[in-house]
Amino acid sequence: MWTWFHRLASPPHFYRLAERWLPWVGVAAAGLLAWGWIGGLVFAPPDYQQKDAFRIIYVHVPTAAASLSLYTMMAVAGAVALIWRMKLAECVLVATAPVGAGMTVVALITGMLWGKPMWGTYWVWDARLTSELVLLFLYLGVIGLQQAFEDARAAARACALLAIVGVVNVPIVKYSVEWWNSLHQTSTILKLGKPTITADMAVPLYAALAGTFLLCAYAILRRVQNELLWRERRTGWVAELL
Amino acid sequence: MSAVAALLRREAWLAARSRSDWLMPPFFLVVVVTLFGLGAEPNDPRLARFAPAILWVANLLAALLTLERLFRADHEDGTLEQMVLSPLPLYLVAACKLLSHWLLTGLPLVLLSAPLGAMLGLDTAAVVALVAGLVLGTPCISAVGGFVAALTVGLPRAGLLLPVLVLPLIVPVVIFGAGAVRSAQQGLPVDAPLYFLAAILAVCVTLVPWVCSAALRNAVD
Amino acid sequence: MLQIDRLSIGRGDRVLFAGLSVALQPGELLHVRGANGCGKTSLLEAIAGLRRCAQGGIRSTPDELARHWIGHRNALSPSLTPRENLQFWAGLNGADTGAADEVLAAVGLGAGVRRRAVRSLSAGQKRRSALARLLLQPRPLWLLDEPLDGLDADGIALIAGLLRDHLHGGGGVIMTSHQPLPAGLPAVRELALDRAGQP
Repeated sequence: MWTWFHRLASPPHFYRLAERWLPWVGVAAAGLLAWGWIGGLVFAPPDYQQKDAFRIIYVHVPTAAASLSLYTMMAVAGAVALIWRMKLAECVLVATAPVGAGMTVVALITGMLWGKPMWGTYWVWDARLTSELVLLFLYLGVIGLQQAFEDARAAARACALLAIVGVVNVPIVKYSVEWWNSLHQTSTILKLGKPTITADMAVPLYAALAGTFLLCAYAILRRVQNELLWRERRTGWVAELL
Repeated sequence: MSAVAALLRREAWLAARSRSDWLMPPFFLVVVVTLFGLGAEPNDPRLARFAPAILWVANLLAALLTLERLFRADHEDGTLEQMVLSPLPLYLVAACKLLSHWLLTGLPLVLLSAPLGAMLGLDTAAVVALVAGLVLGTPCISAVGGFVAALTVGLPRAGLLLPVLVLPLIVPVVIFGAGAVRSAQQGLPVDAPLYFLAAILAVCVTLVPWVCSAALRNAVD
Repeated sequence: MLQIDRLSIGRGDRVLFAGLSVALQPGELLHVRGANGCGKTSLLEAIAGLRRCAQGGIRSTPDELARHWIGHRNALSPSLTPRENLQFWAGLNGADTGAADEVLAAVGLGAGVRRRAVRSLSAGQKRRSALARLLLQPRPLWLLDEPLDGLDADGIALIAGLLRDHLHGGGGVIMTSHQPLPAGLPAVRELALDRAGQP
């Protein structure tokens, strides 16, 4: 039963598999993003409250969702790397951090741009924004730690430990910020109008969401390939390939 | 048991030989708080409103001062290798180091924070909440900081990396700790944030020695 | 007492040596030789249990063969005295802390030296203090990385005596040394590591 797992973990096998998947993932990501963004930015009706300003949702929500999911994925890859000492998981961990950090930055910037017309200010110390900011710091910590090591395997193991501690921490941060915020409620936070959103608004959102995840998958697979090539640069299969 | 005693006794010996190491954080705390006082208007009543944040952040930064060296000397002179090979489980070694860091750095800071809080204009109830929060929160700082110190022990630029890695992880402790003081200032009950702090402390005490020992093993491997 | 089977060790992404097989019998000293950077220290670290092997295995009989590891670093805290250092190691390993003075005297450190901070000692005195750990507890396998480093002729003779006693008592030693081994050691075997990693 575990043979597929071991086969997947073998660097040359995974490299070739990724090579075969990548065009499909790329095309699907581009198609879904095009559908989602054109549908959302051009064809969807304006919100009855927020007018056209709501359209930033088509970038903000997918990237925010990706930033959280990628962090979790990084921690899972870290656990796999620590438990089974699997090189591939180490590469996935190292490759995910910059992509996740990028998604977090985009989510934060779009959130701030959205905040200006909605809340009248770019930044409020709201639970979601603040925990997203802490998430960015956690990503940057993993990247910084990884850069500081010379030995790639030691770096990956240290990052794995940090990612696992971080993933325990994220819910605590989220909860603490919420609690802190509710203690002295700032009055300006406007709840987003929550009438059920219509299909011509929702469908492009789902497309953009799927497209963003596939885009991340594309970036991560490419980075994993690079990492594998670099780490295995002295082995036969890399020499054969290049 | 005698092995744990030997570890703690060694920490005490080391501390007795290098007094500046553990005198520096309390001094740092006093200077930072004094500077906040001097930076504000004389006798500004608003200072008391910011006192919880000032005191907690100053405590956190003061504790960070000595964290970088927690495992560094042992790593450099080869002691850490021998500790890894000793029959005592490495998580107990890590726990002893963290405990000694708290006793030498955290505890003096807690005791010093009470008069400093009064200096910034906190009333008695708020000072009590501050000290209670610090008693629960500073061990968490030692634990999380010690874990990061173990992660970065072999690295040349650990001094820069350490605060960057510790601060986001320690956000909840600061929020609940400062929150307890603010609640006390507003006359609200303080038990909720203190319970949260105690819960975080329980998580730290049970989990950190293990991840810390994994980080140390990674550093010698 | 120790059997190494087709052992490979790498550092970073570099393979230091591959396919090393060697056995150590009781009463035997294995002298690992080779150029700088060929993996002598890594081999000792792997046997000590500090380093994971890339491939192959190290088996010992009995399974949990107790071993002393003295690396090229002395593992002495500079601000403590040799006596305090030894007391700490004795306590950590469950040996008799009262033996610290005795073992330091056995490696030729006088009462005055034992009570000075390690920081103020000479390299040879530090090395002797580190080697004194071997005597805190009898353990069958000694792993010594450049134990003769910094020792004077007296010190080398002294360590040779310790090694001789240990080997005669049926113990095993694996050590590296860039200087010639002292004469008069029984059952010395040379293990030369070269760049290609073949013994």
